[in-house]
Amino acid sequence: MKNSGNANQADPAIYRHPTSLTGAETLWASLAGEGVRDVFGYPGGAILPAYDALRKFPIRHILVRHEQGAAHMADGYARASGRVGVAIATSGPGATNLVTGIANAMMDSVPIVCITGQVGSKVLGTDAFQEVDITGITLPITKHNYLVSRTEDIAPTIREAFLIAKSGRPGPVLVDITKDAQQNSAIFDFNAAAPEAYRPHPMLRADAASIREAIELMRTAKRPLILAGHGILQSNAVAQVRALAERTQTPVACTLLGLGAFPASHPLNLGMMGMHGESWVNQAIQQSDLLIACGMRFDDRVTGTLASYAPHAKKIHIEIDPSEINKNVAVDVALIGDLKDVLDAMLPELPAMDTSAWREAIDAMKGDAAVRDIQNLPDDGHLYAAHVMHDLWHATGGNAVIATDVGQHQMWEAQYYKHDHPRTLITSGGAGTMGFALPAAIGAKIACPEKEVWVVAGDGGFQMTASELSTIAQEKIKINIAVINNGYLGMVRQWQERFYDKNYECTPLLSPDFVKLADAHGIAGATARTRGEAVAAIEAARQHEGAFLIDFRVEQEDSVYPMVPAGAALHEMIRRPQSKPRNNPLVETASDA
Amino acid sequence: MLHTFVALVENKPGVLTRVASLFRRLNINITSLTVGESERADVSRMTIVAEAAPDRAHRMMASLYKLENVLEVDDVGRHSAVVRELAMVKVAAGPQTRAHLFELAKVFHARIVDLAPESLMLEITGGASKIEGLVQVLVESNYKILEMARTGRMAMRRGQHTSRVLEALREAPSSQSVLAGKPKQATAG
Ligand SMILES: Cc1ncc(C[n+]2csc(CCOP(=O)(O)OP(=O)(O)O)c2C)c(N)n1
Ligand SMILES: [Mg+2]
Repeated sequence: MKNSGNANQADPAIYRHPTSLTGAETLWASLAGEGVRDVFGYPGGAILPAYDALRKFPIRHILVRHEQGAAHMADGYARASGRVGVAIATSGPGATNLVTGIANAMMDSVPIVCITGQVGSKVLGTDAFQEVDITGITLPITKHNYLVSRTEDIAPTIREAFLIAKSGRPGPVLVDITKDAQQNSAIFDFNAAAPEAYRPHPMLRADAASIREAIELMRTAKRPLILAGHGILQSNAVAQVRALAERTQTPVACTLLGLGAFPASHPLNLGMMGMHGESWVNQAIQQSDLLIACGMRFDDRVTGTLASYAPHAKKIHIEIDPSEINKNVAVDVALIGDLKDVLDAMLPELPAMDTSAWREAIDAMKGDAAVRDIQNLPDDGHLYAAHVMHDLWHATGGNAVIATDVGQHQMWEAQYYKHDHPRTLITSGGAGTMGFALPAAIGAKIACPEKEVWVVAGDGGFQMTASELSTIAQEKIKINIAVINNGYLGMVRQWQERFYDKNYECTPLLSPDFVKLADAHGIAGATARTRGEAVAAIEAARQHEGAFLIDFRVEQEDSVYPMVPAGAALHEMIRRPQSKPRNNPLVETASDA
Repeated sequence: MLHTFVALVENKPGVLTRVASLFRRLNINITSLTVGESERADVSRMTIVAEAAPDRAHRMMASLYKLENVLEVDDVGRHSAVVRELAMVKVAAGPQTRAHLFELAKVFHARIVDLAPESLMLEITGGASKIEGLVQVLVESNYKILEMARTGRMAMRRGQHTSRVLEALREAPSSQSVLAGKPKQATAG
């Protein structure tokens, strides 16, 4: 790597003594001062002064192939590590290419800081070359953003941006810096640039009286459930939630983004709730008399139709964002604050609860459903995505970090890869952004080089950001890539099958030979058409020193079950039909045809 | 229903856009929005009047607070408050009709602030109903309104209501002994 070695060690003295630096130097010095070691970016005219100063600082820059990739990498980096991810781009099209990635981070409350170059302050507002109003464009999809046109504002703004990104309910922050602000010089005083302490949302409220109310509800509950969401990871409340569940013997249902926040193999873990959640989980929610929602927001994908959601349940909502309270579901007790703090206050007060009858009732609801879906897929020579997920989980011992894309494969991953550890599933939940997996996995691997990282992507979504394969090659990043190749935009096809009379309009998908595509990047690969080949390929990928891609040619017209149709009640699930369509051809690719 | 919020915001470029954009995103129509200086040099004061279902007040307020530039929000509609608006109305009037308009102005506590050969300008402050009352009388008396400008509502709670009062009392030398050492009794907003 060109930016490694001693030449780029910034002089630590600049943090002790106010020093005159250019804005470009100030930018990197501020980032490094905030603990940044890696950034994902793409240069261009308006950010060139910053790039020119990069080599003086101990920061690794990963050159992406599209700025959307940079934002997703920063996002994956943050989700895998809990540290703020950083993306950097030039003005105009560089900045607008970040937009999808920023919106994605916003929807899932991921702390990233995006830096964009901007045209010179003298020509702002004149439609100068590559000028776009990126602070205007990103206003509704950032937690906050800034336009900086004076060198002396750079350090305080960067420092405040980091504080805002990671405080309270985290989210993306964008800092747009004019070219002249990067070029001019000013005194850099890192300590004086420290922001004031983050102002907590003034409507936080988790006082002793409310906690007592919550405890009272728990004391009388017969059928309690904990709903575990993303906030558990963000608040570092994994141990507290576990203690809550264990001490009260309350079963736990996870949202998609909550997977890994409570161990999948824990006897109290029921599994995932929602549209493609397990049937007994959704039934348990519908029958529950007390929901304890921890860091989740009752998204429409987990509630089904609100009119009949959990009709018998009292609801306790522990949440840091007051605007989420009573937004979708009216709650009985709202504990508005940092989940970890609230649970720490609750734990000593917890009542003893006997939930054995309730847990037996849930077990009884499992019935054949617990084994039905994957076990019922016959090994008829065809390969099922569910089997691939199961085998991947088995081979990695559940210890890998999996970044998924969006679609059927994402749901199968969620159902069949059992996440026992926090931050091992990196997936786009709120936005459902296809193209997320590959760049997010790169970010995760840069953040956690010691971890085994897998991409699980569909043939459609993989092609949205497949150009990042050459980022992997250039930066020598060891990740494994599983393309779940069903020849369709599968999730959309599934809806067409169900709700549009099998009118497969614009969902069959011709793809390149992914193994050859990998090969063109100097990346090894294998194709798997049977279960045996799948297991062998997974092992080959794990043994291989460099990046490895597996093209899993899976059953084409398979569907994700169970499924709660949009607008239906949570317990009105469509189950997997007992007989499977058999005579689908295996996936064709451009080079086979 | 009409909700009325007072928001204290940082006086920085773009803050008005953030607030306006928030209501757009929530799909709530702003009935009126006034911005101006406040008692603090770097802080602007907004009065936002918006039409929305009664149960949306919490979400609007909580969302306003999520804007980093918003310092304080008060749902003044829920409290006893003074709500005022200023309107300027230019009415077509020649020498013959003026006298009646002077009468009207007196009744409505409006002021005549400009007089031209064919028109005069009325200035009126008050609640919305008072202003609308004047306009209605003008129209019903067949006056032609040439121009009208209304500021939109400004609101201020009656009496004292926030921790800032306690702070102020604490800072005031004479009352120090009374409040010294006492914990804060209320929080802002
Ligand atoms: C950027 C973007 N465009 C469109 C969609 C709508 N969409 C959701 S899932 C899906 C199909 C994904 O197909 P593929 O990547 O092959 O995954 P599969 O469902 O087949 O596993 C589409 C088009 C989306 N989520 N994101
Ligand atoms: Mg597909």
